[in-house]
Amino acid sequence: MPKVKIPRKSTNIDMTAMCDVAFLLLSFFILATKTKPPEVLAVNPPTSVSSKAAPDNAILITMTKNGKVFLMLGDGTRKAEILENVNRDNDLQLTSVEMAKWKKAQFYGLPLSKVKSYISSGENIPATSMEGIPVADTAHNELVAWIKGVVTAYAGTDQRKLQEMLLVKGDNEALYPIFKSVKQAFKKNEIFKFRIVTNNEPVPVGSELFLTGHNSKK
Amino acid sequence: MAEMDVSSGSHHKGPGVKKAKKLSTRVDLTPMVDLGFLLITFFVFTTTMSQPTAMSMNEPKDDTTTQVKVKESGVLTLLLGKGNNVYYYFGQLQADKLSEQFKSSNFKEVREIIARKKKSTPPGDLMYIIKSTKESTFKNAIDILDEMAISAVPPGHYAEVDITPQEEMMITETEKANGIQ
Repeated sequence: MPKVKIPRKSTNIDMTAMCDVAFLLLSFFILATKTKPPEVLAVNPPTSVSSKAAPDNAILITMTKNGKVFLMLGDGTRKAEILENVNRDNDLQLTSVEMAKWKKAQFYGLPLSKVKSYISSGENIPATSMEGIPVADTAHNELVAWIKGVVTAYAGTDQRKLQEMLLVKGDNEALYPIFKSVKQAFKKNEIFKFRIVTNNEPVPVGSELFLTGHNSKK
Repeated sequence: MAEMDVSSGSHHKGPGVKKAKKLSTRVDLTPMVDLGFLLITFFVFTTTMSQPTAMSMNEPKDDTTTQVKVKESGVLTLLLGKGNNVYYYFGQLQADKLSEQFKSSNFKEVREIIARKKKSTPPGDLMYIIKSTKESTFKNAIDILDEMAISAVPPGHYAEVDITPQEEMMITETEKANGIQ
């Protein structure tokens, strides 16, 4: 009886194909990732069940842990106009050269009275050591002036688009009175709708929203 | 782990004839694949996790002429205190029954309280009043609005109202009694 020969197969597999797939996927994910500008102000936002994505080019009010308020003008098209309005309405007396310098800032987080001296000094204060826009005093809430500048710049355009752009982002540990001042600043400018930046969290299983399954509200 | 082809070395052509060693061009790609997948997992995680969402806020107009009247039986007042504590009472505070009415809770239990109230009240009468103290955080304010969404409370049936001195006093007393710093 002839012996049955079991051919010995090598355990080496050709990895080339697998390698190709791996790097194809890798390049896809690298290209699909949006490069986010590094966050200067470290803010840890609360979570919500809302699943709508936050827009990128937004007028963003940031509340940090220590209660400082910053403004970021993400929509470049009207930035100059907004700053011009703030300059004119609050009598900051900035020259056109100073305005150009001011426009380059990423964050606005100084009391209006200190803007001119800050720009003329030529120093570059990092956002973390700025003192923030003063909001605590309801009578001198400077955020009101800022939002007024924004509203004036967008007057006559689609107000719905403006509402979609107004975002408030706050740290979990920011205290409520600051948020209240921010809301007040919106209200004084006749803005009753804005949005809050949150991290998405899944809808709790068994809750009413989970059972009805629609997330259109809020 | 590059392989060397040594099999051809055994076949001599003749004395003095030296054959150049043939090196295989096959490289072991396993580490490269490992690295590839490691990077893929890294990118997959970073892309999905940093997607912020936006929650809409609708503020009412500060208009004292159009005050909304609500039925007392349908009202649940939620008070946000420090240290993620929630205090609540049904209806209106009555001076002689304060300690009975005023209850403390936290964010884990508040969902059930909201849901229970919703079930036991006719939908038209339902009203949640949210009041935040100075010590509550931004997170608390957002979380309670989120609870409204989770319990599918229709808009217009919850409102944020300024806290009264009486309620503030009640909270400080309860905090003292519960030993909350």
